[in-house]
Amino acid sequence: MDIGNVLDVAGVSKSFGELRVLTDISFQVARGETVCVLGPSGSGKSTLLRCINWLERPDAGQVYLNGAPIGVSGAGVVMTDRELSRVRTGIGMVFQHFALWPHLTVLQNLMEAPLHVQKRPKAEVRDEALALLAKVGLGDKRDVFPAKLSGGQKQRVGIARALAMRPDLLLFDEPTSALDPELVGEVLVVMRELAREGMTMVVVTHEMGFARDVATRVLFMDRGRVVETGSPEHFFSAPETERARSFIQRYAGDVAGIRQRSAINS
Amino acid sequence: MITDFGIVWSERGLLLSGLANTTILSVLSAAAALLLGTLLTPILMSRQRWLAISARGFVDGMRCVPFLLFAYIVYYGLPSLGLRFDNWTSGLVALTLYNAAYMAEILRGAWAAQPREPIEAGVAFGFANLGLFRRIVLPPLLLAAGPVIGNQTIQIVKDSAFLTIIALPELTHAASSIQSRHYVPFAAFITAVFLYWGLCLVIEAGVGSIDRLAAARR
Repeated sequence: MDIGNVLDVAGVSKSFGELRVLTDISFQVARGETVCVLGPSGSGKSTLLRCINWLERPDAGQVYLNGAPIGVSGAGVVMTDRELSRVRTGIGMVFQHFALWPHLTVLQNLMEAPLHVQKRPKAEVRDEALALLAKVGLGDKRDVFPAKLSGGQKQRVGIARALAMRPDLLLFDEPTSALDPELVGEVLVVMRELAREGMTMVVVTHEMGFARDVATRVLFMDRGRVVETGSPEHFFSAPETERARSFIQRYAGDVAGIRQRSAINS
Repeated sequence: MITDFGIVWSERGLLLSGLANTTILSVLSAAAALLLGTLLTPILMSRQRWLAISARGFVDGMRCVPFLLFAYIVYYGLPSLGLRFDNWTSGLVALTLYNAAYMAEILRGAWAAQPREPIEAGVAFGFANLGLFRRIVLPPLLLAAGPVIGNQTIQIVKDSAFLTIIALPELTHAASSIQSRHYVPFAAFITAVFLYWGLCLVIEAGVGSIDRLAAARR
């Protein structure tokens, strides 16, 4: 295993009862990469993401963050909740339905885990949180409760909250799927910016335009397997499998739409 | 009739001390019941089957016992098992245990209705066990369940009247003493009713302010 990789997923499989959701998934993500996981609904993309930080426990296989195993320690012993918590703070996660904490203001949402899980000093956490809010364009919303924000604003808070942990890796679980079409752009702008800055990201998405323009690599999944992997140029122009071809065809209109949208945004 | 109320007025010291005791009993046992209920809730939701079943047994059992009977058991029944409490302790214990079951059930219901994702985000961000419950799960629960918890607190105020049977000097006991001393039942009891009503209005006001906090977050 290459120590230079931020993430190493090695032979992960997962079933829910009789239903086999993931079969022997392996891939690595190097520092600064943006890997987009594509595939039809029900192909196991979200489950894969949730297996990475052990929100779901894989049935087989191993996940490494910066070379250190997640979930099980050296001798195959399952980690305690406390050990697992410590590992998880190295991985930020952005959820499809935002999953902000409703009882906390925007600023408190950003500060909650750095203060109470990472136990970092309050002044430092606060300064960083304020800077992150400014970065995602929500500096004026710091004292607002999440319920008062639009979907796009909520998701930008979700991204800032993940960044406040200073993670080595960011996981995005269909971050724009729950948004009204006109709000998708403002979230993608932030994600593009992060990719350009060299944040290491794994993005499960249906935004083909984003994948094509931003991904350093595309992972195409179908029925719980990684069917194809490669550069977005190669994947979108010369897909090797029939399944990928029909998938891209189905989303071709979408790509054109996103092209237009990102042209307006940039 | 007016003179009857005059007699009650002359005994206002007794009534007010009864009101004070009812308030103390209700506030203490509501706080303790909420705390105990809060501890019971994660056990009710536990994946450890036997823990969950035991907690469920306590909650369901308690909710099926008439409070008066339960107060009798604590004050008159437990001494035969060697557990003897004075009437204040018995009253507080009975009110607290009885209502903890309701509080736990209220919070469990609110929990089941909460969206799963924010809690999952808590786990993903490294919260676990007690920290997860206290910082991520519980606050939205308390906000969501605020009005129902307020209702239950009003129930506690009314249940506390039963404790007159173990000679606890609360409001009903005071009213009862005044009527037997002067034979003015209507005036004495109606006055007590209005005092109970006033106490409940204060609780309602408290619920209103919790609701405003919750509304800002909805």
